[in-house]
Amino acid sequence: MNPRLTQRIAFAILLICTLIVIVPVLLIVAMIIKNGAGAISWEFLTTMPRAGMKEGGIFPAIVGTLYLVFGAVLFALPLGVFASVYLTEYARDNYFTRLVKLAIVNLAGVPSVIYGLFGLGLFVTFLHFGTSIISGSLTLGIMILPVIITASREALDSVPRSFREVSLSLGGSKWQTIKRVVIPNALPGILTGTVLGVSRAAGETAPILFTVAAFYLPRLPNSPFDQVMALPYHLYVLSTQVPNVKSSITYGTALVLITIVLLMNLFAIIIRSRFRRRKRW
Amino acid sequence: MTRDKRNQRIREFFIEKTISASGIASVVIVVLIFVFLLKDGLSLFKIESIQDFLSGKLWYPISDPPKFGILPLILGSIVVTAGATAISVPIGVASAIYIAEVSSPRIKEYLKAGVELLAAIPSVVLGFIGVVTLVPFVKQFFNLPTGLTAFSGSIMLAFMAMPTIVSIAEDALTAVPRSYREGALALGATKWQTIYKVTVPSAASGIVAAVMLGVGRVIGETMAVMMITGNAAVIPKSIFQPVRTLTATIAAEMGETVRGSDHFYALFAIGIVLFLITFFINMIADLYLHREKR
Repeated sequence: MNPRLTQRIAFAILLICTLIVIVPVLLIVAMIIKNGAGAISWEFLTTMPRAGMKEGGIFPAIVGTLYLVFGAVLFALPLGVFASVYLTEYARDNYFTRLVKLAIVNLAGVPSVIYGLFGLGLFVTFLHFGTSIISGSLTLGIMILPVIITASREALDSVPRSFREVSLSLGGSKWQTIKRVVIPNALPGILTGTVLGVSRAAGETAPILFTVAAFYLPRLPNSPFDQVMALPYHLYVLSTQVPNVKSSITYGTALVLITIVLLMNLFAIIIRSRFRRRKRW
Repeated sequence: MTRDKRNQRIREFFIEKTISASGIASVVIVVLIFVFLLKDGLSLFKIESIQDFLSGKLWYPISDPPKFGILPLILGSIVVTAGATAISVPIGVASAIYIAEVSSPRIKEYLKAGVELLAAIPSVVLGFIGVVTLVPFVKQFFNLPTGLTAFSGSIMLAFMAMPTIVSIAEDALTAVPRSYREGALALGATKWQTIYKVTVPSAASGIVAAVMLGVGRVIGETMAVMMITGNAAVIPKSIFQPVRTLTATIAAEMGETVRGSDHFYALFAIGIVLFLITFFINMIADLYLHREKR
């Protein structure tokens, strides 16, 4: 066959495959917006669910998800940034460093339900935190740790060596150099990674199933040791466990969830592109 | 040395120790995960042999006497994963090639954003959409008693593996040095000949890593698979039948067990199996990624 013709056919097939990946996503988002938009009202966003979740709003689930995500970041951000500073600034190229990197790769690949089991074993049972916000937050925090570490490492690595050398030659100590020069220059990258981690934490269901999520709890939590409802779990419950829910409520919940998640991703993309444009080295 | 200076030294000493400790934390966490799975999971093997657990054909955890054979669950996971892999690998690699090698720089940005969008959608949302669209479609199209089948699960999971496969394979293709392509084009090869004879073979190990990570993602997926595959813990005879995976079993049953019961231990034992499977898959993927870098 004529190589030009072969190329045309091959490229057409590749294009079709690409469309098979991309088009359904757009359809899914469009479908959720179309069916869910009608349910969104001030009342839906700010009142408690009523009548066994068949009526009313999803306020406690929104609040629950925000608490969980906030707790996860509080735990994972410092730990993740310190861990990546260790890897880029301190670690020597030896077996131990290789082991740390392997551990991070593995954490990233551990199934989310295993995090759930781990959280149940360690936080809920062993440390006696019970089924609570704190157990759920810590579980989610550990889950997003590899995301934050990987992004922060990349950001720290991209700060030129000369920046560090200038600071050190001016008499700055190693920590001063890291604190005043390296981290500030890597901040946008760290932030991007954190936001992506947060968006992942907001959408995950399996890790919170046995560590925090309440099936139906139409009130706000009083302390970090309370259970809460959470958006992803609420969506799961509405779509599989409760019969005869108005579909607008289910779609509305899905819409609120993907809006939160996608806004965070958009935010991350904006930080990233701003940073790229401003980068002067 | 002034006192200020000494205080600073001391402070930095502690900060550097904290940094080292954080570096070690990842290793500690992986070990802790495994230890906590073993702690509860191994208790099952006081009443059940490992052999019966892995090859037992019946999973009746709450009947009397209970049966803890996870063969149907392992096969359920394998069937769904195999189906998802068969769909997602060719399509995913093809779109990676299109995005990396064929599309114009502007279109490329849009396509990559599309893939990122797919990666961002939570699995429970995809599960919900699968329940309201894909499941009734499969039921009607193949004229089945239920649309909650391994096949539906495979399609949905194929989509969830796509972002991993596409983005990592695309990275691998982009990393192939420009001079390789130029060499082939200068010898008179067409763009397509260059792609399949030079670029793709050069990126092969990265593409293998992409596929492995995609498979790892699929095996570990929980929510969507639980909502779509019908959750029948029987040995699957065809892909158009409800199945239950390892992950779905843990997620669906943990809420109903009593802490410290044999059933509870059995679910942790499933966790051990799952952890080991994904651990090895990730190791292999990492090996391939590193081979490429050298």
